[in-house]
Amino acid sequence: MTDMRYGGFTTLLYKEVLRFWKVASQTVAAPVLTALLYLLIFSHVLEGHVKVHGVAYTAFLIPGLVMMSVLQNAFANSSSSLIQSKVTGNIVFVLLPPISYQEFFAAYVLASVVRGVVVGAGVLLATCWFAPLSFAEPWWILAFALLGGAILGSLGVIAGIWADKFDQLAAFQNFLIMPLTFLSGVFYSINSLPPFWQQVSHWNPVFYMIDGFRHGFFGVSDASPWLSLAVVGTCLALLAAFTLNLLKRGYKLRA
Amino acid sequence: MSAAIRIQQVSKCFGSTQALDRVDLEVRQGEFFGLLGPNGAGKTTLISALAGLVRADAGSLSVMGHDVQADYRAARRCLGVVPQELVFDPFFTVRESLQIQSGYFGIGDNDSWIDEILENLGLTPKANANMRMLSGGMKRRVLVAQALVHRPPVIVLDEPTAGVDVELRQTLWAFIRRLNEAGHTIVLTTHYLEEAENLCTRIAMLKAGRVVALDTTVNLLRRFSAHSLRLRTADAMPVELTRGAAANGGWWSLPFDGFDEVEPLLARIRSAGCRIDDLEIGKPDLEEVFVRVMQGAHHD
Repeated sequence: MTDMRYGGFTTLLYKEVLRFWKVASQTVAAPVLTALLYLLIFSHVLEGHVKVHGVAYTAFLIPGLVMMSVLQNAFANSSSSLIQSKVTGNIVFVLLPPISYQEFFAAYVLASVVRGVVVGAGVLLATCWFAPLSFAEPWWILAFALLGGAILGSLGVIAGIWADKFDQLAAFQNFLIMPLTFLSGVFYSINSLPPFWQQVSHWNPVFYMIDGFRHGFFGVSDASPWLSLAVVGTCLALLAAFTLNLLKRGYKLRA
Repeated sequence: MSAAIRIQQVSKCFGSTQALDRVDLEVRQGEFFGLLGPNGAGKTTLISALAGLVRADAGSLSVMGHDVQADYRAARRCLGVVPQELVFDPFFTVRESLQIQSGYFGIGDNDSWIDEILENLGLTPKANANMRMLSGGMKRRVLVAQALVHRPPVIVLDEPTAGVDVELRQTLWAFIRRLNEAGHTIVLTTHYLEEAENLCTRIAMLKAGRVVALDTTVNLLRRFSAHSLRLRTADAMPVELTRGAAANGGWWSLPFDGFDEVEPLLARIRSAGCRIDDLEIGKPDLEEVFVRVMQGAHHD
C-alpha cells in the first residue's frame, strides 16, 4: 500500500502550502495590499524628485517591495506554522510519522519559498501598472527570489522552533527581520547613505538579496550580482546547516 | 517472533526529576496490555520515548524489533499513538486530516481504509467538517482515527477515554477489541481501572518511573485482591472477624478466599447476635490491586 510518490516530504510540503492557501486572504492578499500602499505613498512623495541608477523612483521601488514581500512572507510561513503547531500541540502529527529531520527542514523551507514567491508575484502583478519595468536579466530575479525565500524560510524554522510563545516570535520578527528588511535598500540605494551607514549596510545580508534581485530587473545594482550571489549562497548554507543541526538534535521538539 | 514492544533499562530525567528509572518491559504481539500508574508515574514519558517524542537518557526501546532511534522509520510505521491531549489542526477537515496523516506514512490512495475507520468510529457524517467545528468527543475520535490510518500493528492509546461520553467509550472499545482480535497489539493507559480490568490481559503498574507490578490481570487480582462479604449492620461485629476487615459507613468488608467460607462467616455473625441489614458479595477488583500495589511500592 506504500506508494513512493507519497511520503513525508511531499505530504508535509503539500500540507504547508494548503495551510496558507486556505487563508489566502490573510497570507497572500493582505501583504499584496500592504506593498501596494507602500508604493502609492512613496511613489506619490518621491516620484519626480529621485532617480536611482538612472531609473525612475517608482520603477526602482517595485522590485524592492516585491523582494521584501517574498522575504517577509517566507519567514512568516514557516515561523507561524511551527509556533501554532507547537502551542496547539498538533506538532505531534508531524513528529510521530517516519519523517526525517532533513525532510522536515526541506518541506517547511520549500513551502515558505512557495508562499514568498506567490506573494511576490502578487505584488509584482499589482504594482507593475504604476511604472515601466524591464526584466534585463531574469535569471537573477529567479535566483535571488528562491535563495532569499529559502534563507528567510530557514530563519522562520529557527524562530518557530525557538519561540515558546507568540510574543517571542513577534520579538524575533520585529527586532530582527523587520529592521534587516527595511534597512536593506528596499526604499533607497545604499549609495545615497553616508559612508558609515553604507558600510553597515554591507553587513546586512538582506541588502544583497534585494540588490541582486533588483539587478535582474535593471541590469544595474549597488554591488556585483556575483558578490550578492556568493553572500546569499553562503548565508543559506550556514543557516541550513545550523537549522538542520537543531532539528537533528530535536531542539525543543523532541525532549 | 519478536516482541511487539521491548523496553530495556530505559531511564529518563527532566532536570532533577527522574521520570523513568531503569524500566524493563516487554509487550507480546497480539496482547491487550495495560500501563497503569498515578499521575506523574512516567506512563506518558514512556509512551513518548517509544514514539520518538522523547529521547531516553539510557536503555533501548524497540517496536516490532525495530529500534526507535536507529531504525526509527520502521519503528514508527509499526506504531500508532493516540496522544493524551486533545490536539487537532484547525486548518483542515476530518478527511483532509486523515489523508495528510496517511501521506506522512507514505500511503497515497487510502480512502477505502479511511472510510472504514470513519464508519467504525461514527465519524462518517463529520468527514467533511472542519476540525474546529467538532465537539471534544468527536475530536477524540479523530485522534484515534489518525493513529490508525497506516494500519499499525501496535497501537498505543494514552488515556483515550478521558472526559468522553459513554457512547464514544462503547464505540471505541468495540472497535479496538476488533482490531485486537485481528492481531493488533494494544497498549492502553487509563485512570479508569474498570476499563483496564475488562480489556487488558496483562498489566504493568508504574510508580515514580519504575515498574512496581507486572503480571496478567488474573494473577494481579488473585495476588492483591479477594472476594469479600460486604454487609451492613448497626450491631457490634465479633472482634475476631474485624481483623483484616474494612469498615466504611456502617458497611463491613470481610475478605474470603473460597465460597465455602461464606456460610461459616454468616453463621458466626448470626451467633454473635448481629442483625444484618444488607448483604452483597464483592468481587476482586483492580482498584484494590492498584491501591495496594501503590501503597506497597517504595521508591528508594
